[in-house]
Amino acid sequence: MAAGTDLTLLGLFGTIVALLTVASVIGGVLHWRVAGGEGRVTVDNLNARIRAWWVMAAIFMISTLTGRAGAVLLFAVVSLLALRELVSQGPATASDHRTLLWAVFAATPLQYFLIWRGWYGLFTILIPVYCTLFVAIRTALSGDTRHFLERTATTQWALMTCVYFVGYVPALLTLRLPGGSHANAALLFFLVVVVQLSDVLQYVWGKTLGRRPIAPRVSPNKTWEGFAGGILSATAVGTALWWATPFGPLQAAAMALLITLMGFAGGLVMAAVKRDLGVKDYGTLISGHGGVLDRIDSLCFAAPVFFHVTRYFFA
Amino acid sequence: MIAETIRGVCRLMTARAGQRDEVRLDAAPRVYFANHASHLDFVVIWSALPPALRSRVRPVAGRDYWDRSRVRRFLSQRVFHAVLIERADADRRLSPARASIGAMTAALDRGHSLIVFPEGTRSIDGAIGPFRSGLYYLSRVRPDIDLVPVLLENTHRVLPKGQAIPLPARCRVRFGRPIAGAAGEDKRTFLTRARGALLAMGGCDGRRH
Repeated sequence: MAAGTDLTLLGLFGTIVALLTVASVIGGVLHWRVAGGEGRVTVDNLNARIRAWWVMAAIFMISTLTGRAGAVLLFAVVSLLALRELVSQGPATASDHRTLLWAVFAATPLQYFLIWRGWYGLFTILIPVYCTLFVAIRTALSGDTRHFLERTATTQWALMTCVYFVGYVPALLTLRLPGGSHANAALLFFLVVVVQLSDVLQYVWGKTLGRRPIAPRVSPNKTWEGFAGGILSATAVGTALWWATPFGPLQAAAMALLITLMGFAGGLVMAAVKRDLGVKDYGTLISGHGGVLDRIDSLCFAAPVFFHVTRYFFA
Repeated sequence: MIAETIRGVCRLMTARAGQRDEVRLDAAPRVYFANHASHLDFVVIWSALPPALRSRVRPVAGRDYWDRSRVRRFLSQRVFHAVLIERADADRRLSPARASIGAMTAALDRGHSLIVFPEGTRSIDGAIGPFRSGLYYLSRVRPDIDLVPVLLENTHRVLPKGQAIPLPARCRVRFGRPIAGAAGEDKRTFLTRARGALLAMGGCDGRRH
């Protein structure tokens, strides 16, 4: 049993390394063939992205190998970095300082502690119920009523997207699945690989064939061609990974389709937030990609839906 | 070592991104003047400088605040080697202002650079308020010293006035092109020009709020 599931994880690792190797080779060929002009900028950005992917994949694989604690720690750090990016913009004033300190230094560690303990009944409501109440009360106590609703809502939105939604990724490790803890690790890989690959493929299809923008005022780079090509090809890869998951091939296809669609929605929504804040990227931490929030926007929206559908039907 | 620790924490909290617009930072003594919104401002500027320069760059700080308790005295004098000056609340009283200028010129003459915050106090929302006159008098007596505008963005979100615990938020520090000294210029024109240099770099105008 254990040997079989170890082989599953090994297969998933191999898949990631193979995909990145192919990407690096293509990037190398393009670097060598595209000499100058606008194409050069795109190719340089592509290669920066691929290099960053290697680093992200390595961190991700190492942390998930260390079990639940490693994954919880990794995504807690991701949440804190994402919060740092979101807190840097938006309508928060000096009167929100204490509220935000609670959100960053108390609510976030508590949420990840609950996930680590597998306390489902509390980690699913801590932020949507209790933190919503707390943020509203604490903001009112600050005595500053200017843009009250906007400030409270922004703090709450930051907690929901950066902490609550992201927390659903390591929470997958708490599900009781047939096949033991390696099946959980495989599930986590399935979600992250399919969603991130869908982002990459939407980008690739969009850059090569993209003509008709979906929502030009929100994100001029998202086209119908990129959307269809990216979603379909990522769903195909997801289906091909069915052997690593508790799903049958058709179920894996449906799940992959679901999470790629949610991922697309996440990217669109976070792009709208960026337009509202008047920024292009949330940060500069990951070279070529922008900030952490730019990289995980799709994962934010896919993770909770994937978690609950899996829990309802398969756990 | 304490300075390095503070610098590390500051870096974690601010994800500091430094940017130098056409200014070569070498060891020549100069005056960096910046907008002021947080106790972190000096550390943010200081850590954005090349490591070799850091030991020769000193903040100019108000004695009334930084000499008040043992911790503040230790931080300002032992850790960051601040030049402490008297903050006269009325610019026209010349005696404390003269004494302060003396302390600053002495540091410059010893080859040190200075970081000054000409607003004289921290802004609540990051907007740039009116400049006090210290920078003008300093430039009148040392006209050859370069005056480098430094724009700080977002430090008020990390550690606003009146708060003790920093909140992680991305900050940016930008070094602008040096402005000409105050030689042959009246006070108001010079101060408007110096403040204008920060506004031109994208600073928020506190008087238009």
